[in-house]
Amino acid sequence: MFLMMGLIAVGCVLLITVYLLISGVPAICEIGPINFLFGTKWASTAAEPKYGILPFVLTSIYGTAGAILLGVPIGFMSAVYLSKLASPRLKSVMQSAVSLLAGIPSVVYGLVGMLVLVPGIRKLFNVPDGASLFAAIIVLAIMILPSIIKMSVTALDAVPKEYEDASLALGARPIETYFRVSVPAAKSGIAAAVVLGVGRAIGEAMAVMMVAGNVPNMPDSLFQSVRFLTTAVSSEMAYSSGLQRQALFSIALVLFVFIMLINAVLNFLLKREKE
Amino acid sequence: MRNIITVKDMCLWYGEHQALKNVNIEIPEKSITAFIGPSGCGKSTFLKSLNRMNDLIPGVKITGELRYEGADIYAKGVDVNNLRKEIGMVFQKPNPFPMSVYDNVAYGPRTHGISNKLQLDEIVEKALRDAAIWDELKDRLKKNALGLSGGQQQRLCIARALAVQPRILLMDEPTSALDPISTSRIEELVMELKEEYTIVMVTHNMQQAVRVSDYTAFFLLGELVEFGKTDDIFSQPKDKRTEDYITGRFG
Repeated sequence: MFLMMGLIAVGCVLLITVYLLISGVPAICEIGPINFLFGTKWASTAAEPKYGILPFVLTSIYGTAGAILLGVPIGFMSAVYLSKLASPRLKSVMQSAVSLLAGIPSVVYGLVGMLVLVPGIRKLFNVPDGASLFAAIIVLAIMILPSIIKMSVTALDAVPKEYEDASLALGARPIETYFRVSVPAAKSGIAAAVVLGVGRAIGEAMAVMMVAGNVPNMPDSLFQSVRFLTTAVSSEMAYSSGLQRQALFSIALVLFVFIMLINAVLNFLLKREKE
Repeated sequence: MRNIITVKDMCLWYGEHQALKNVNIEIPEKSITAFIGPSGCGKSTFLKSLNRMNDLIPGVKITGELRYEGADIYAKGVDVNNLRKEIGMVFQKPNPFPMSVYDNVAYGPRTHGISNKLQLDEIVEKALRDAAIWDELKDRLKKNALGLSGGQQQRLCIARALAVQPRILLMDEPTSALDPISTSRIEELVMELKEEYTIVMVTHNMQQAVRVSDYTAFFLLGELVEFGKTDDIFSQPKDKRTEDYITGRFG
């Protein structure tokens, strides 16, 4: 009975993997892997359709990298503060706030981004449209904060107090102790937190659809309206047919491979943390 | 013999609980002083007051006078980091950092601003030699310290403490987590170290106090019952409670 229940989850993963492979591979073969992955133009509904997904791949990579660049320093510093410096009361208040941030549905992030961030960017940088890669990066950076903070705090809390005592007893200042002893001792946990953040960012669809402009441009500039891998699938699925529909499955397959890779890295890091 | 630490009427509270009552002691320089007494008698607490490691525990209150080289340890404006550099500490459980042997020993000097590679090499070698572990570890300087045996780890921790050139070395039951062979090596080492350093050592083991220490202080229920030359304390204790304890009637 319990085994059966467990098998349901495993079965779903297998089913999704097989289904994605079956429905994603034909279009890649028909379009040609090179044309598909490295084609710079996506025009699925044109008279002479083009199915190049490089704009989406690059947008997803740039968007995720940007979110990490912005979110990791903030998340990491918050985690050090919460784990080592904050008073127990402040820590519990801030941790509940962070959990709450994690619980906000992504459509709400998108909505707030659309109403506040997008006009803000338009005014601040004087660009024609604020819905851009930059807006998406900011929203993603905020969205990945909770997972980065929570996991880093857990890793930092787990550093044996003896290490810190030893450092303080040598005359090191507390801050120095946290950065030279505690953080290195928690480094694989923190690295895992970053990878988890990458996974969250690359898989997010709803919020980025609402703030990134959702136009299949090459991401040449921060203020370009762009489309992510996730949103490429969701925005055309409703009306697609034939090769276009198959190509959408191929995009999903590419995304799936990305996320599998990230998970493999995450598992590797967590395993090392245990040792 | 000159006294390096003098304590007058010191009391310590953990919140409401008074853990030390009117402790008076003068610790002579370049000697080994052992603190003995049953668990919970306050000997470790007293040891940790000497380099202000008790500051890290919330709710600790200390009154009285603790002086190191004549200067008040708890005066306002005392540089605690510098105090801890002068008064080093070795803990009960070996606690090397999860980094290489070299980086462990170099940690302290780096903290205090030494970055020259040659100078660090020299300090590391000297500290490891002083801790009598250079020959064992000289080919493993780049290896992770957590891979060493417990006894080696503890001597590495001693080397790490020596690398910042302290005057006093506080040792909180440094051999209680070690096997008998490692224990005797640490004891030999401690006896060599008193040529250059003042050693203050908490021990659970009365034989160890007899074997290595010059002076012994007996603590009971937060009181310093008796302090004197180790030979005197163990051969002709003045206090009835000391006699009961060392003859094994309790504790």
